[in-house]
Amino acid sequence: MEHVAPPSWVGLAYLAAGVLFIMALRGLSSPATSRAGNRYGIIGMTIAMVTTLATHGLASLPEIIGAIAIGGGLGFVTARKIKMTDMPQLVAAFHSLVGMAAVLVGLAAYLNPYAFGISGPDGIIEVQSRIEMGLGIAIGAITFSGSVIAFLKLNGNMSGSPIMLPGRHVINLGTLVAIIGLTGYFTVDQSPWVLATITALSFLIGFLLIIPIGGADMPVVVSMLNSYSGWAAAAMGFTLHNTAMIITGALVGSSGAILSYIMCKAMNRSFISVIAGGFGAAPEAGSGGAAKVQRPWKRGAAEDAAYLMKEAENVIIIPGYGMAVAQAQHVLREMGDLLKKQGVNVKYAIHPVAGRMPGHMNVLLAEANVPYDEVFELEDINGEFAQADVAFIIGANDVVNPSAKTDKSSPIYGMPVFDVDKAKTVMFIKRSMGGVGYAGVDNDVFYMDQTMMLLADAKKMVEDINKALAH
Amino acid sequence: MDFISILSVFVMACFVGYYVVWSVTPALHTPLMAVTNAISSVIVVGALVAGAAEGSAISKWLGLAAVVLASVNIFGGFAVTERMLAMYKKKEKK
Repeated sequence: MEHVAPPSWVGLAYLAAGVLFIMALRGLSSPATSRAGNRYGIIGMTIAMVTTLATHGLASLPEIIGAIAIGGGLGFVTARKIKMTDMPQLVAAFHSLVGMAAVLVGLAAYLNPYAFGISGPDGIIEVQSRIEMGLGIAIGAITFSGSVIAFLKLNGNMSGSPIMLPGRHVINLGTLVAIIGLTGYFTVDQSPWVLATITALSFLIGFLLIIPIGGADMPVVVSMLNSYSGWAAAAMGFTLHNTAMIITGALVGSSGAILSYIMCKAMNRSFISVIAGGFGAAPEAGSGGAAKVQRPWKRGAAEDAAYLMKEAENVIIIPGYGMAVAQAQHVLREMGDLLKKQGVNVKYAIHPVAGRMPGHMNVLLAEANVPYDEVFELEDINGEFAQADVAFIIGANDVVNPSAKTDKSSPIYGMPVFDVDKAKTVMFIKRSMGGVGYAGVDNDVFYMDQTMMLLADAKKMVEDINKALAH
Repeated sequence: MDFISILSVFVMACFVGYYVVWSVTPALHTPLMAVTNAISSVIVVGALVAGAAEGSAISKWLGLAAVVLASVNIFGGFAVTERMLAMYKKKEKK
């Protein structure tokens, strides 16, 4: 096998693939253009794969086609069957696969560097490629084991509460330093044990980084792992001198980083404190003890709620993850339809952290056939609560908690919340008065004069309201 | 390609990514994640090179295993994105 420079159309084809991927993301700026964007992505991927096969793969085509068929079939079936509520788990699982693929490609390049064009026939790998390879494998391994833990937590195979090892910051930092140090050493000694140790330590730290992070911070974690999977692809692109991989890696890396930033901001949490973990652990003794005084609250029935909403002009519905757990999105949309028939103006208000991943609630509502132009983001609708006759809260809690605005000692202080206290009437569906939100704090909204507590399973309650509305 | 050209492509792509992703509507952040997942599996290019190369049997099998994993993501990622995007509908005009 001789190393000849590939024909220039090859470079152009990879560049075209990269540009098509940019257009795929660009399409997502509006639901109207999004499907065309997805097609661009598919075309880009086809170009990249066909180009590679045409220049490299003709020798072992049957095995490769077999591998693509197995993986592709599995992926396709999963994508068709997955429930929309389980989307965060699926995305975490997909991230882990990208991470593992990066590790495998890195190891394959290490074992056969000549075929990748990163060594002479003597097998001595170029120094720069060693760094890129080490980094690519490390990021890939962290993405893999971190995503596996995120998957287990999201899927309920593992408790969502943080697992805190003693001295974990020291262990984590030590492991990280060891990985960087070994990657440096790898440039002078390309023995297998060096790369093997880097790989093993990276798997370990991915695991250690995610176990102390609580369920409430999972949207940030999923976004962060999304970013890592991109950087892993970019590092491999550097190793292989491939533009399509570098462009894509940079796109995905920035995308995940921006989503992590948006999620952190929506919870008023710093990225560092999310990484440090522990949020959502049992509250310390003493805090909140004083607030446990019994305060009066009003209970309403489905008929009362139906009557009030029928007479209303503007109703704003605030769905949270609890709605998805109760599978109430379809009956909720029916309620919206019934109200619209009565001439009521119905809008949905979505907090950035409603659901378990960025934009999760929008997908769940879209699945229930709620038109996307009735769904509004926090900053676009928060000014409208003063004109709202009813704020209808279903399965959300922390995102309407006014203590985020007033109580400096609250764990959610500073988090942007819906100003539901400005609405004439607040209806709050909740299973019982006992439970508290994800962040484990009491909510003053329960005890306001204009609040009507609708205590029942969310789906059952909305069904009852619908029955009353239909009369 | 020399290192500086590759680095230039990378840095430019980071900026493009930054601006393009900020223009994505928050309502589509879940499909964004699904599709970035699919496209980051362009790592399949490396897997195909390894899977096709002669010279090391282990390297070849690692490559083929990576092709399987990346293909799950490519087909699964694009298919699930398509499925989600098909659900977003506008209000019917009356």
